[in-house]
Amino acid sequence: MTTWPILSVTTFLPLVGALIVYLSRGDDEAAKRNSRWIALWTTLITFAVSVILVMRFDPANPDFQFVEKANWLATGITYHMGVDGISLPLVILTTAVMPFCIIASWKAITNRVREYMMAFLILETLMVGTFSALDLVLFYLFFEGGLIPMFLIIGVWGGPRRVYASFKFFLYTLLGSVLMLLAIMALYWNGGTTDIPTLMHTAVPRSLQTWAWLAFFASFAVKMPMWPVHTWLPDAHVEAPTAGSVVLAAILLKMGGYGFLRFSLPMFPLASHDFAPLIFTLSAIAIIYTSLVALMQEDMKKLIAYSSVAHMGFVTMGIFAGTMQGVAGGMFQMISHGIVSGALFLCVGVVYDRLHTREIAAYGGLVNRMPLYAMTFMVFTMANVGLPGTSGFVGEFMTLLGTFKVSIPTAFFATFGVILSAGYALWLYRKVVFGALVKPSLASMKDLTFRECLTLFPMIALTILFGVYPKPVLDMSAASVQQLVNNYNTAVTAVKAAALLQ
Amino acid sequence: MSFETAGYQLAPVLPEIVLAIGAMALLMLGAYRGQGTTSAVTSLAVVLLVVVGVLEYMLPAGKHVTFGGSFIVDDFARFMKILALIGSAVTLVLSTEFLSDPSRRIFEYAILVLLSTLGMMVLISAGDLISLYLGLELMSLALYVVATSNRDNAKSTEAGLKYFVLGALSSGMLLYGASLIYGFTGTVSFTGIAAAATVSNVGLIFGLVFLLVGLCFKVSAVPFHMWTPDVYEGAPTPVTAFFASAPKVAALAVFTRVTLTAFPGIVSQWQQILVFVAIASMALGSFAAIGQSNIKRLMAYSSIGHMGFALVGLASGTVEGAQGVLMYIVIYVAMTLGSFSIILAMRRNGQAVEQISDFAGLSRTNPLLAFMFAMLLFSLAGIPPLAGFFAKWYVFVAAIKANLFTLAVIGVLTSVVGAYYYLAIVKTMYFDEPAGQVDPVRVEVKTVLAVAGLFNILFALFAGPVVSVASAAAKSLF
Repeated sequence: MTTWPILSVTTFLPLVGALIVYLSRGDDEAAKRNSRWIALWTTLITFAVSVILVMRFDPANPDFQFVEKANWLATGITYHMGVDGISLPLVILTTAVMPFCIIASWKAITNRVREYMMAFLILETLMVGTFSALDLVLFYLFFEGGLIPMFLIIGVWGGPRRVYASFKFFLYTLLGSVLMLLAIMALYWNGGTTDIPTLMHTAVPRSLQTWAWLAFFASFAVKMPMWPVHTWLPDAHVEAPTAGSVVLAAILLKMGGYGFLRFSLPMFPLASHDFAPLIFTLSAIAIIYTSLVALMQEDMKKLIAYSSVAHMGFVTMGIFAGTMQGVAGGMFQMISHGIVSGALFLCVGVVYDRLHTREIAAYGGLVNRMPLYAMTFMVFTMANVGLPGTSGFVGEFMTLLGTFKVSIPTAFFATFGVILSAGYALWLYRKVVFGALVKPSLASMKDLTFRECLTLFPMIALTILFGVYPKPVLDMSAASVQQLVNNYNTAVTAVKAAALLQ
Repeated sequence: MSFETAGYQLAPVLPEIVLAIGAMALLMLGAYRGQGTTSAVTSLAVVLLVVVGVLEYMLPAGKHVTFGGSFIVDDFARFMKILALIGSAVTLVLSTEFLSDPSRRIFEYAILVLLSTLGMMVLISAGDLISLYLGLELMSLALYVVATSNRDNAKSTEAGLKYFVLGALSSGMLLYGASLIYGFTGTVSFTGIAAAATVSNVGLIFGLVFLLVGLCFKVSAVPFHMWTPDVYEGAPTPVTAFFASAPKVAALAVFTRVTLTAFPGIVSQWQQILVFVAIASMALGSFAAIGQSNIKRLMAYSSIGHMGFALVGLASGTVEGAQGVLMYIVIYVAMTLGSFSIILAMRRNGQAVEQISDFAGLSRTNPLLAFMFAMLLFSLAGIPPLAGFFAKWYVFVAAIKANLFTLAVIGVLTSVVGAYYYLAIVKTMYFDEPAGQVDPVRVEVKTVLAVAGLFNILFALFAGPVVSVASAAAKSLF
């Protein structure tokens, strides 16, 4: 059907854009403007190409589509790309969020603009590649390669403690990932290939499953991040520039969930089943503990960062419930969180650009000067709480529903998270937006500019659209999720039956 | 020609003969025409190395054994020799600036590099303990002198002397081990030893241990690494670049050949030694480098660590392991030459600067240089998609196949520690305020940097052919 490698084009187009930015020399204002426009157009064209992917995608087919295969390294390691219902939504999320990141950095970044835009474009290539790679080595290449641009984004354009935060981010993630690398090698010798679709149908011995699951878990748990290895996230979020936080929250965190769905569940079903209680415990702790921590924060970004950890707890819980509702809910929650948390960081960026502080105490009564902003912020706050009618509700509800069938205590404790999230989110909103405008520094605050509306309003539309009509996302992933859940349950019941027979 | 038919053909040795005669001819040229010929001799030496490399490449394919088994030319030898020749030629090119100083017009420098390279080629092709020792000594003796080539500098002299004393000690140990092996097996040829050494006996193990000690010294593996930081720091930078590249190739090549072809019957005996040495090298290379402030000293510790990683491949004792060693050394040489060309490019007001703090803010004063160095550093840390990742992949994949899980886990964990100090340099270059302008970079340094840097960044695109060549070379050992 397709005559051109549409997936590779989507993946590598931003890299071409980065090259063009590199070639546009100069340090004056005109050069800065040029690199901004080139970056914006690149991300927009990439998004347009990815829309073609959606239009040509067959949601009824649970297998990989747009498959491309080429020789790469000898002996079973190939350049293999493709997407299914699990990866395509994340690819679209990535390409859709990137233009907003570029626009959000339009005025906020004034020094080394060229390098900044290049770093973001390279990062986009690596992120899209992570979601569409169908070879483990290729996947690892994209997955780990993303550390380099993100390290530089935090370190060069970040806040006062940027060095500490960037090192922590890099080393934490690397530590988790190298163990996964060893597991990839073990799988390679077990199956003779690193081809992901082949490995999904290769039996993995029980003991190797356990070890490999733990190694993959080390990587994805850090990336996700799950309690107790989440501590790098608040630091990275607080220090990163606004667009960096958006990418981090909206896309990079999803790599962990994607990894669980792509590797842990299909390749190690028995180990996943064995370790599900561990995941449930960690998820429940994450949801309650980090929500409580969020209640105590004085920095807006840190509060949202902790709430991200809590929301990711719902995702891991849903995925490892192994039920249709749980996995589909986890999938939906990832997309929804990508939009909502990205938008929340943009909202923080709006006021940060004006006052250059993120301290909650520095604000108050913004509704008097910024009605449009107050309305926007409210929608995302409500979505963060999980109010019915916003996309946040659908994901939380489905994951809770899916988990309820498997583990009632987990669902019980996780539900507290919904209440607590209302606590911290509304508290933040009241402190920042409501009340009397008494602080003199706030007296001259301007409402949203046209550029800011351009980034925030589409996200409002999506949040509400997916809140009342989640079907597009759920349909896209339904067939693949169904197949994943079926295979998982078949594997688990087969072992249980075998155990009964003995 | 009954002499030829009896297994003494000269054809496989042609590149070595050309190199030897060429080196002597250049020596005559220099000796009769005086120090004014330094630049001519150096340029001709580079040409000679290239010619020898081409000759080596054009040798008929397959395995040739000559001189009654003492000299082996197979795919493995060809691969390593060409790599060593590239290393030597590039470091000679990088030395142009160093040799242009009026007080350092020494034509002997290029001759010594040539003779040392000849020693490496003999070493790589060694088929018995005698030619191993001959090659090793020819290589090392020339190296000791090259280390002191900045003779008015106390540090350089100290480096040479230190290297000589410790090198002589290690040669003695190697020789002692070789004599024990000869005594217990009755032969010096690797194939003969392999036939005799099927069961472990104490005398043989004793000899093996001493032999490995000597080789560990040459690859600067822990615990025989003490000379490395001092020599790296003291020797002139182009010489350090030379030490870090070509001799490492040769030493690692002979290490691989000896263990895999002379002692395949007692793998379990030398495997535990190598596992220990690899772990110790990786750990020391990572932890000790953290406190360094001199970039050359840091590179010394980095090279100790990298040799540890390469030995991980060798420790598995399989054909995949040999392939891993080959992949590792190719990529290591490219990364090292690239890094040293950056260190050579770091000059302020005509003076070379070597402190890590001198790199501060380089991304703003010379963005391209900073970018290339950052990519090399990420590559040294083993971050994909850069070349260094593939190096680590191939050694660890061999270790996993050989079930050396502890080794692999410790290895990757130390690589995370190592990443810290590489990141610290990136941080200095990108996050800190500039420490002043850098002098314009000389064209030959730029060229080397461009080639090595692009090799490093784009390796993923052409990794396939490199892997197949390395795999063929590794198979030729078995």
